[in-house]
Amino acid sequence: MIWNLFFIFIKIGLLSFGGGYAILPMIQHEAMAGGWLSEKEFQEVVSIAGMSPGPVATNSATLIGYRVAGIEGAIVSTLGMVLPSLIIIIVISIFFYRVRDSQWIKTLFYGLRPVITGLIAYAAIRFGLNSMEHAFVTWQTIGMLIIVFAALYGLMKYKLHPLTIIVASGILGVAFF
Amino acid sequence: MRTTMKTNAMTNTDLRISLLFQLFWVFVRIGPVTFGGGYAMIPMIEREISAKRKWLGEEEMDEILSLAGAAPGGVGVNAAAFIGYRLAGVKGAIAAIAGITIPTFIIVCLLSAVYSQLAEEPKVIAAMKGIHGAVIALILVAAYRMAKNAIFDKTTAVTALVIPIVLLVSGINPIYVIAVGLIIGFVYMPIKQLLGLQVRTEKDSLNNSDEESNYPEYYI
Repeated sequence: MIWNLFFIFIKIGLLSFGGGYAILPMIQHEAMAGGWLSEKEFQEVVSIAGMSPGPVATNSATLIGYRVAGIEGAIVSTLGMVLPSLIIIIVISIFFYRVRDSQWIKTLFYGLRPVITGLIAYAAIRFGLNSMEHAFVTWQTIGMLIIVFAALYGLMKYKLHPLTIIVASGILGVAFF
Repeated sequence: MRTTMKTNAMTNTDLRISLLFQLFWVFVRIGPVTFGGGYAMIPMIEREISAKRKWLGEEEMDEILSLAGAAPGGVGVNAAAFIGYRLAGVKGAIAAIAGITIPTFIIVCLLSAVYSQLAEEPKVIAAMKGIHGAVIALILVAAYRMAKNAIFDKTTAVTALVIPIVLLVSGINPIYVIAVGLIIGFVYMPIKQLLGLQVRTEKDSLNNSDEESNYPEYYI
């Protein structure tokens, strides 16, 4: 089980272009395919990862490892997530320090960037759909929509700090639900 | 610490160990105060490494940060690895990554343990629902910021729209989608060139000196 966790997060770490939120769909796929977490438990993991300081992807790996196999699981999952970064960065530093301006890299990112955009959008849709427990509109759904739009407004218009948004939404949650 | 660095009486090994520890310590202090993911760490990393300690020049720092955003993995972890490697080789990279990972690792484990104790409390459940909403908003903002740099012609727009639909309908492993993203440019560019169309691989504003637009601020 421990090795399984380690190798799956190595695989995710190697392909985690676009960072945190873009990787969430991949982590979710593996966690659910492996029968480690239910969709609801995964959403809890993402909420806790999002409200913690530091990188969302590494935080999610830590949390999933912790749930599946305790502290040991948390350690191997985090190592698995970070190790590919370490190796790739060292290789880039040695061989292609000046890759930024190469046409090859630009062509690569031409296709990769919109795919990452799509993956992040998918993560948001999946996360949003999951918050609706019923097919019809309920007070829960309306409350959730109010919080999402208020948070969006605060982030985009007033550039509020993510922590402020998280704390305020938690308080609104207690008031609404 | 800096005065001990300058003492000539110290041997090389002592200096190396001291540098490794300083690298570790700088990144230990950055992790716990940055919320909203890796890109929130960038200004702090710049301040600590190039403005305060003068370990790297500004231009070198810019280069490192844009590479850190492009490579797979979180931008914060990547930047730490780059800086550590430039200053002190493989050991430096390991020290920097350990520094940026360990404090948040501990915080996340503690939060998880506290949450599992309180998970049944109605007030905690309600607060978590509210936070769920905040996280949806954070992800949407990340998608919007990524889109601003990613979408500038029909192919990129269609790709970004089709991907979530395909994933929702088919439930395939998102890893395949990344694989497709890696080859789209190499298939599409030659075709476009054959047809004699104008080829653009980046949004025009990406080439501006405006550094903000060079870091697509998706959250890590």
